Amino acid sequence: MSEPVLRRAHPVLRAPFNVWDLVAAALILGVFLTISHGAKETFAPLTTLAKTPISLDPWRLPEYALRTSLRMIGGLAASLAFTLSYATLAAKSKHAEIVLIPLLDILQSIPVFGYLTFTLAWFLALAPGNVAGAEFASVFLAFTAQAWNMAFSFYQSLKTIPRDLEEAANSFGLTPWQKFWRLEAPYGAPALIWNMMMSMAGAWFFVTASEAFTVGVTNVTLPGVGSYIAAANDRGDHAAVMWAVIAMAATILIFDQLFFRPLVAWAEKFRVELTAAADPPRSWLLDVLRRTRLMQRVGEPLGVGARWIASFRIASTVQLPRPPALSARGERTFDVVWLGLVVGLALFAGREIVAFVAKELTWREVLHVLVLGLYTLARVVILIALASLIWTPIGVWIGLRPKVAERVQPVAQFLAAFPVNLLYGAVVSGIIMFHLNPNIFLSGLMILGTQWYILFNVIAGASAYPTDLKQAAQSFGIKGLLWWRNVIGPGILPYFVTGALTASGGAWNASVLSEVVSWKGQTVRAAGLGQYIYDYTASADYPRVMLGIAVMSLFVVGLNRTVWRPLYQLAERRYRFD
Amino acid sequence: MPKTADARTLITVEDVRMCYSPDGKGPLVLDGVNVAIEEGEIVSLLGRSGSGKSSLLRIIAGLLKATHGRALWQGQPINGPSPGVAMVFQSFALFPWLTVEQNVELGLEAQRTPAAERARRAEEAIELIGLGGFESAFPKELSGGMRQRVGFARALVVHPELLLMDEPFSALDVLTAETMRTDIIDLWIEGRLPIRSVLMVTHNIEEAVLMSDRILILSSNPGRIMAEIKITLPHPRNRDDPRFRQQVDDIYGRMTARVPGDRGDKGGGGFPGVGVGMALPPVSMGELAGLMETLSASPDGRADLPALAEELNFEVDDLFPIAETLQLLRFAEVAQGDIQLTPAGRRFAESDLEDRKRLFAEHLVAYVPLAGLIKRVLDERPNHRARAARFSEELEDFMSEDYAEDTLKAVVDWGRFAELFSYDEADQTFELEEA
Repeated sequence: MSEPVLRRAHPVLRAPFNVWDLVAAALILGVFLTISHGAKETFAPLTTLAKTPISLDPWRLPEYALRTSLRMIGGLAASLAFTLSYATLAAKSKHAEIVLIPLLDILQSIPVFGYLTFTLAWFLALAPGNVAGAEFASVFLAFTAQAWNMAFSFYQSLKTIPRDLEEAANSFGLTPWQKFWRLEAPYGAPALIWNMMMSMAGAWFFVTASEAFTVGVTNVTLPGVGSYIAAANDRGDHAAVMWAVIAMAATILIFDQLFFRPLVAWAEKFRVELTAAADPPRSWLLDVLRRTRLMQRVGEPLGVGARWIASFRIASTVQLPRPPALSARGERTFDVVWLGLVVGLALFAGREIVAFVAKELTWREVLHVLVLGLYTLARVVILIALASLIWTPIGVWIGLRPKVAERVQPVAQFLAAFPVNLLYGAVVSGIIMFHLNPNIFLSGLMILGTQWYILFNVIAGASAYPTDLKQAAQSFGIKGLLWWRNVIGPGILPYFVTGALTASGGAWNASVLSEVVSWKGQTVRAAGLGQYIYDYTASADYPRVMLGIAVMSLFVVGLNRTVWRPLYQLAERRYRFD
Repeated sequence: MPKTADARTLITVEDVRMCYSPDGKGPLVLDGVNVAIEEGEIVSLLGRSGSGKSSLLRIIAGLLKATHGRALWQGQPINGPSPGVAMVFQSFALFPWLTVEQNVELGLEAQRTPAAERARRAEEAIELIGLGGFESAFPKELSGGMRQRVGFARALVVHPELLLMDEPFSALDVLTAETMRTDIIDLWIEGRLPIRSVLMVTHNIEEAVLMSDRILILSSNPGRIMAEIKITLPHPRNRDDPRFRQQVDDIYGRMTARVPGDRGDKGGGGFPGVGVGMALPPVSMGELAGLMETLSASPDGRADLPALAEELNFEVDDLFPIAETLQLLRFAEVAQGDIQLTPAGRRFAESDLEDRKRLFAEHLVAYVPLAGLIKRVLDERPNHRARAARFSEELEDFMSEDYAEDTLKAVVDWGRFAELFSYDEADQTFELEEA
């Protein structure tokens, strides 16, 4: 797709088709077929769900996996649209920025499940008597699991666009619309796509969880891998759980190979470093598409069309600001009014929330919830520490051996993407069987899925460790504790912090689903904030759910501000090699 | 296109002033600048970093608004980038995700030129600038020289009347830069460039003499037009021609000439700002000591700056800040293109490390007001500690954040060598060195 010029310059008569065309054609037809099927089911009346209960027949799994994937894709598309508009607005307008960025920070700290609780009723009312309402709620959950990260990443990219490129775009008279497609969107693409891939893990977790869920009397069961698992847990069917795990694994692999690999390989060209990367990411699918003549035929007009749209002269070119002396006063007045408006609105909203919660609840309850928060906090801290102790040495060992790292890295990434909630029931069957203490043994569940972030970030850090430093340490015979403290430790710290931060965030989110788990009609509980939120969601006690979510946000934000952010800044400042 | 008899004026800059801070306070970058660019000439803005030459270029390009005064494009006030002006950037500023051809077509595409016309003109510019065959390459596949050729083609393709160049050759290696200069001049002489005039910003004196019809020398702090020099040597110009050398030496002399009455209020350096608010260049201790040692090798401790620059393979922008820092510290005197070691400077060069540190500390406290201030604050405080923010905030009243950072960095480096104080990077605090 990148060489239309060469071919135009040297027109050679060639056979219209090659082998890859057949491969590509089959793939495309398959995609059309599946989308049309999914679309038909999405708009079926709600009663069809009741008529066709979830079947544990493994042959139904491909269809269920497809339905789950379509929800995922819907969430992804919504996140992308949100990112491009929200982050751009925040980066372009100073006044929008002071509201949108702190808002994003809060949105990010709210447990993903909290969104479902409060929006499910609204979504169901949106399309009464139709499956679409429940489907939308599920898609929305996939959206909330990815959108915030993506928006942050894109915002940060927009804020760090090199000044010379910005000036070049302005001096050649590009309008804001042209500049967005020519400069800003391409510049932000690599980081955005990488973040998209990372957020997928959480999204799978919540899409599957949202397929079988109860808020008060509203009981939703959408056909999908998640509801299949729920049914299997109800009946205690180990074989069915295993089939679902296989189906999910296959789905994630397909997504990775057909969607993210090609995307990441393609986005490589948007990297700004002017030297070619030594080992750029590759994708067999992208190679196929690039080699396929049919795809080039289809691709070229598409490319020309996209270029045409991107060159619309929407809005006028950059105008210089008025002389500062004239505008300063007017602008300052506007700033004050705007700030006042925002603060006023926030105070009003805060009062309403307090009133809503206070009508039903006592201070004693608030205290109780805070204590529950401490339980969950203790779990998160202990588990992150344990996971770090286990995975850091292993990650370093792997990362220092390129041959091993090459094989293990994709596995670790895959494990991070796998929605482990599918396994919760099976794990709990063990706890029930051996009469283990759920307060201790349920805890492990929350880190089951997120520990891999620590592993693969540490591997990445150790792989990137400069060879000359490694050799210097070797030649001075530095070993043992000294080596960990002065050689490898500081070198991998930025990577480790990134991994641990992600793992901690994921663990908080997972706590809502991992502190209460059922198997074959038996429910196991661990006291904690997640359990509190889960239980009151099931009984639709909104003030208590609100309280629980607020406390969890508080803990997450607090932990970020006091531990992770300072640690991250320290690591960035002191221990980055570039 | 060389000059014709009835030349129009393309650019008029009238009484332009520019401040560091947007509110119009603080030290000036440019002050009372008047410039006229006519059709058919190549004009160079020659000055050192901090002379505001890049700001002036951006005001003319419509990328920056002057704090005071006005800039006119063919008689009309400049309110934004004009289609009649195109710019070549020091860093090339190519879009890495666009091919050579797409990069070149960018300006035309912004104006929604029809595709056929676009392709034709791009092809023309690409051929003209010697990029034929590289149309489908991405910038990262090209060498620095080829990248800057793309930068030129991208600017020329819009057929601008005025071509602006912001130090276009300074990011290239010596050989490549020379080839490109001659290529551009040849095309200009032959009248094959689709442009009427060129305005180039540079800090390289020889480059300015080699290429321009007229050189405007900007003084530093604030930037003012200090001199205007017409170069009438015929093209192609030869660097070894005695008249060429004479021009270069003359300009060196002017750029280091001491303006009468300047000494007193500038504290000897010629750096922007006075007292604590003096902006210092990021010159390292090694460079200062190295230059003093080099000078002390000659019996009279004196050297001709152009000759010295050539010997050390330095450009003006590398050498001047070191020379002037020595002048500020009273280790050397700079005047009329010469540098002369003072007795203190000679003593420094001939001492051992301990004595050097002691001598340097004395001069640092005495002649660099910021260093003196830091020392005083640390002495006065009971715990002998002070946060860097305490000083950087004070600096930012006088200069931009970037300059404040450079200034503080310079003082930290010098102060550490002199063992005046220690600096903890992680906590960003100064602490008094234990005696």
